[in-house]
Amino acid sequence: MTEPVIRVENLEKQFILHNADGARIPVFENLSLDVEPGECVVLAGVSGSGKSTLMRSLYGNYLPTGGSVKVMHEGEYTDITNARPDSINDVRRKTLGYVSQFLRVIPRISTLNLVMQPLIDNGVSEEEAEPRARELLSLLELPEAHWDLPPATFSGGEQQRVNIARSFVWDYPVFLLDEPTASLDAANRERVVKLINRALERGAAMIGIFHDEDVRSQVATRYFEVADYKVAA
Amino acid sequence: MSATAIAEAPAGPLLSARGVSKNYGHVVGCRNVDFELYPGEVLGIVGESGSGKTTLLKCLSGRLRPDEGSIQFALDGGEPQDIYELSEPDRRRLQREAWGFVHQNARDGLRMRVSAGANVAEPLMNLGNRHFGNMREQTIDWLQRVELDINRIDDNPKTFSGGMQQRIQIARNLVHGPSLVFMDEPTGGLDVSVQARLLDLIRNLVRRLNMAAVIVTHDLAVARLLADRLMVMQAGDVVETGLTDQVLDDPQHPYSQLLVSAVLQI
Repeated sequence: MTEPVIRVENLEKQFILHNADGARIPVFENLSLDVEPGECVVLAGVSGSGKSTLMRSLYGNYLPTGGSVKVMHEGEYTDITNARPDSINDVRRKTLGYVSQFLRVIPRISTLNLVMQPLIDNGVSEEEAEPRARELLSLLELPEAHWDLPPATFSGGEQQRVNIARSFVWDYPVFLLDEPTASLDAANRERVVKLINRALERGAAMIGIFHDEDVRSQVATRYFEVADYKVAA
Repeated sequence: MSATAIAEAPAGPLLSARGVSKNYGHVVGCRNVDFELYPGEVLGIVGESGSGKTTLLKCLSGRLRPDEGSIQFALDGGEPQDIYELSEPDRRRLQREAWGFVHQNARDGLRMRVSAGANVAEPLMNLGNRHFGNMREQTIDWLQRVELDINRIDDNPKTFSGGMQQRIQIARNLVHGPSLVFMDEPTGGLDVSVQARLLDLIRNLVRRLNMAAVIVTHDLAVARLLADRLMVMQAGDVVETGLTDQVLDDPQHPYSQLLVSAVLQI
């Protein structure tokens, strides 16, 4: 029996807005989900159902109000909801990759260096990291003339491909994908689907949000309805 | 530069504060602060002016004895030592050899009467380095790392712009390879384009040298870019701590929520 690489147990999230008279916005409760290697769980549901909130809670970006998120990290489970910041950063560096729709990076750094960064952070030498970064950028057909430039002036689709390249350059055991194909054309969507499927074949686990029906059906191994865990009014 | 050092799991804490309080008469500077800083970790201290950030930084860096509590530092994985139980000369040696301190105003951290090069070389001399050729080589290397024109190595700091002076100060504080650097608003008072270059520089240096840092800033964008972990202060109390992006994107305490929501978007 394979052990899940992500174990979400009784997760609960509500926002408390202290500066709006302590307004409470409940998102979900009693949410449990196990994901095994090679699985791609696609979060389903209309917008506002809490898909992104769940995704951010899994990454430690949001602090859940209850429950736990255990990630298999170097042979042991780390609970993202109460781990020390330096261990969360360690989990993010080695185990848990996150692709968002937006490229949020330090200004002035070249595209090639941005893509190399996750490898460097994991102790890969620059000599080894560079060809791997180049391989990924050409796989995603980002024009080579762009590689030495910082991505600030790139188009939305180009920036998104930089984002994808810098996540898939490192073989994370777990990927969280928050609409990685949102602003890509059909040909580029196909390339990303190939990357995702290649990672699934080597045993990576994924949880993703995809609005594109076509992409969804090509990568999903199962669907998960976040709205089922909505707090009863 | 050692790339593998970056990926190593941290051992025990490098710096730990226990119940640190400091009052000025009946005015509270900081109250009952506890935290641990691990090797290679960057801690940001944020809060509005008067919240106690700088008082805490001074206590942590051995410049201001707290009224209560202790601050322990473990050199190279050795036994933690209470820095205020060290003798004055030992504490000064620790500050000189194992730490760096970057002031908000470069003039407070530089010796304004000697050349830029001498400012950068001095910490090496303090460590007992006497080989002039080696020191000059290292000084040139550092001036290049902070993107200063090496032809100006013999110029006086007074002849450099504010942003350049700040880069000289950073080189002076990192040249001797400290394991911990304290920074008080390192990019405050600089114009935005200079600030971006400086932030990028600090971040890369801290990462590559696997240094730990404690950075005081009132600028949340600076904190997001540099810090692994944040501590939010209000009226002398630490009201929230956590992973940087968690504190900024999902703040829990009423004051942190107010602070984050008050940032102007561009």
